[in-house]
Amino acid sequence: MANNLEIKNLDSVAVRFSGDSGDGMQLAGNIFSTISATVGNSISTFPDYPADIRAPQGSLTGVSGFQVHIGAGKVYTPGDKCDVLVAMNAAALKTQYKYAKPGAAIIIDTDCFKKADLEKAQFATEDPIAEMNIDPDRVIACPLSTMVKDCLKDSGMDNKSILKCRNMFALGLVCYLFDRDLNIAFNFLKEKFAKKPGVAEANIKVIQAGYDYGHNTHSSVANVYRIESKEKVKGRYMDITGNKATAYGLIAAAEKAGLRLYLGSYPITPATDVLHELSKHKSLGVTTVQCEDEIAGCASAIGASFAGALGCTSTSGPGICLKSEAMNLAVILELPLVVLDVQRGGPATGLPTKSEQTDLLQALYGRNGETPMPVLAATSPTDCFDAAFDAAKIALEYMTPVVLLTDAYVANGSAAFKLPDLKDYPEIKIPYVPEELKGKWTPYMRNENGVRYWAVPGRQGFTHILGGLEKDNKTGAISTNPENHDLMCRLRAQKIANIQVPDLQVEGDQDAELLIVGFGSTYGHLHAAMDEMRAQGKKVALAQFKYINPLPKNTAEVLKKFKKVVVAEQNLGQFAGYLRMKIDNFVPFQFNEVKGQPFVVSELVENFNQVYNK
Amino acid sequence: MSEYTQADFKKGQPRWCPGCGDHFFLASLQKAMAEIGVAPENTAVISGIGCSSRLPHYMATYGMNTIHGRAAAIATGCKVSNPKLSVWQVSGDGDGLAIGGNHFIHANRRNIDLKMILLNNRIYGLTKGQYSPTSPRGFVSKSSPYGTVEDPFRPAELCFGARGHFFARAVATDPTGTVDILKAAHAHKGAAVCEILQNCVIFNNGTHDSVYNKEGRAKNAIYLQHGKPMLFGENNEFGLMQEGFGIKVVKLGENGITEKDILVHDAHCEDNTLQLKLALMEGPDFPIALGVIRDVEAPTYDDAVNAQIEEVKSAKKYHNFAELLETNDIWEVK
Repeated sequence: MANNLEIKNLDSVAVRFSGDSGDGMQLAGNIFSTISATVGNSISTFPDYPADIRAPQGSLTGVSGFQVHIGAGKVYTPGDKCDVLVAMNAAALKTQYKYAKPGAAIIIDTDCFKKADLEKAQFATEDPIAEMNIDPDRVIACPLSTMVKDCLKDSGMDNKSILKCRNMFALGLVCYLFDRDLNIAFNFLKEKFAKKPGVAEANIKVIQAGYDYGHNTHSSVANVYRIESKEKVKGRYMDITGNKATAYGLIAAAEKAGLRLYLGSYPITPATDVLHELSKHKSLGVTTVQCEDEIAGCASAIGASFAGALGCTSTSGPGICLKSEAMNLAVILELPLVVLDVQRGGPATGLPTKSEQTDLLQALYGRNGETPMPVLAATSPTDCFDAAFDAAKIALEYMTPVVLLTDAYVANGSAAFKLPDLKDYPEIKIPYVPEELKGKWTPYMRNENGVRYWAVPGRQGFTHILGGLEKDNKTGAISTNPENHDLMCRLRAQKIANIQVPDLQVEGDQDAELLIVGFGSTYGHLHAAMDEMRAQGKKVALAQFKYINPLPKNTAEVLKKFKKVVVAEQNLGQFAGYLRMKIDNFVPFQFNEVKGQPFVVSELVENFNQVYNK
Repeated sequence: MSEYTQADFKKGQPRWCPGCGDHFFLASLQKAMAEIGVAPENTAVISGIGCSSRLPHYMATYGMNTIHGRAAAIATGCKVSNPKLSVWQVSGDGDGLAIGGNHFIHANRRNIDLKMILLNNRIYGLTKGQYSPTSPRGFVSKSSPYGTVEDPFRPAELCFGARGHFFARAVATDPTGTVDILKAAHAHKGAAVCEILQNCVIFNNGTHDSVYNKEGRAKNAIYLQHGKPMLFGENNEFGLMQEGFGIKVVKLGENGITEKDILVHDAHCEDNTLQLKLALMEGPDFPIALGVIRDVEAPTYDDAVNAQIEEVKSAKKYHNFAELLETNDIWEVK
């Protein structure tokens, strides 16, 4: 576990609006900062007027920018680079991109990226995104002018006046990305244009349209938070999001295991980027199939594993509901499978772009029958790499489906990623059936870890059938024998219990008055809360769980060592309940929040202090 | 010559009801596989749930008896990730067309090289006799005591509607006809749907009676063969001719009709219009079409996926994880 972490989250976000000086970028920026200030964020703005007041439209010298930093509790310097860059035309992208952080979201109006616009902005090719080496996955490209024209076609306004409202569309989209309350913008415009109600109405309509566009396209920003270590470790780094790190972890594990990586998937926010990322890497032999539905995504991955590949499927909560039956099949088949759940707000369609930890119990128990399944939860964007590698390793070594939990927050968050060297990662020892068992082998024969051997089709002398019906422990034939079923349930449970996971680490004060407990993606925030309390002179520790099932062997020992324990999670107490079930007489304090937003450190500290002082 | 015999594909003692069509089909499948000659260890038989989905348990190949409706999806992952395997997917009418209907159409649309067996007895047997998506309108069953009020799927229509390139039909009790279409299905590269008409002696006895025995087939069925005129009847005295947009049954010798006037079957014709008409023929006015009705070559999904991987491998400069990392913007902390 890392020390001395710095977390930057929604508390600190910079948005830069840029376009022609006539595009109303200052106004859009002003309204955005007003909204943010109204909801209690501290703000810091930085207007960046063009060098040339009357420069020709679309030219490089005519670009105007306005940067807004919003933050809770602290005022940030406006000189920082931005997390979101709005570029209303090609020239704006050309001149303002240098102010964007690596991996920042870029919003462009494709209507102003036509050939003539590109020439004016001195682009050499017709693909400015590639020319500037921008990751296309980070670009929200929309025909903004067209949509504004369409939105106001019945307004009676002339074309020029209509196009003046483009800035409001961009503002609406940005408001969607950061959950801003549009009513504040509406009131602002009504006041500003009190004497021209028509103009106010048009602007309001366009803001709403921009907001709806973001909603309809599930737009989201990466880099809504970053975790950075203040201690610089020597080495080579790249910037990585959680979803990309997950994809990389699966690739790395397949390579280490010498297997083909197969992903069966169906697009779903916020997990789709994993499908996108893996689809790019055919040169590594990665096979991705965008299936007809979530069910087929999981089912085809099981088929791939049966045929000898590392089968994986990626989704978010609603998809897990659909995959549950096939996940169950993988349990009884005892085939490797990695199931990635990038959690989002639920129930049902819930909050597709927002983050929660509400699928925990579904991952652990959301199936029929006794179906134990290992569950891991990644603790940071970079940890997604290790967690995905581990999930695949467990799946292969224990011949079991494994659920890897991330969430919208950790999946879209980014961090500096020290380039891993696969030589430093452990071998993946696949329990292939040894050749000498030929003639004696039956499908449910187990090794010393209680793991069924893997006989991949193509091997002569090992033909066999697997299936969803209960099998005889010895012969592998269908069996409804009561003793056998009881035994098989226990064998499958024991196999999962046998999985070796690292001990739980306690960070902070080993003699703490209060132990903070969390799991998965809340690590950064809980760590920051601990740091802050310790800076206030309190004795506090943190135990963050990454391995949920099986739990680390020292779990009970650690949790019972501390006088007070608070379990903080982004659900109504699923992990706390799980721990209470697993550990006798364990009654923790709880901090629960399901707002679809990451924790706010100051709120955590306030709450934990109350527990501390009880 | 194949080095295998039917016995090399046999395993265990089937538990189906005596007289069930599954027994007949199983024997034909084992015979066909022996004649085809792919080794049992390079063959995977994947089924869903239902009476007929027990079939892989009686095959000495690799196999999976999975969950209801998902056989085609599971077989898809199997074939795409391990294209060397000969993959057979076995479903009943409920498994394949009701709960698994989505996977059935998409496997056909994608043209995955799966041999898709549809054992059609127009009933749910394992759950003790409810109507299935192929039961005729008005069908009385435990779940439709007053008769169904819905029309059935006609499997060929669904297959063709999903752009299927192979469709064949046989009667379970006709081993020659069954083995023939199974071998043709194997020879066809791509999704190959074989509809097997079979009886459920317990819950839907007699459903395919008109063609279930040899005598019935001689009168009520037509064996289609590519390139051959469409003749049928006990003495080949009847034939099929095109009439307007449709097909009509004619008697040779009547109204001066000779064999030259009879339609010649073209299973390889890309346009499926006439093939569909043949597939949809029903008694008593028309014979039931048996044999290979459609068999058109087309690129397969599994080939294309793997070809694309090879293509990208030669186009891209990174081929392992370490090289992949180097494709990113990298900075160094010294």
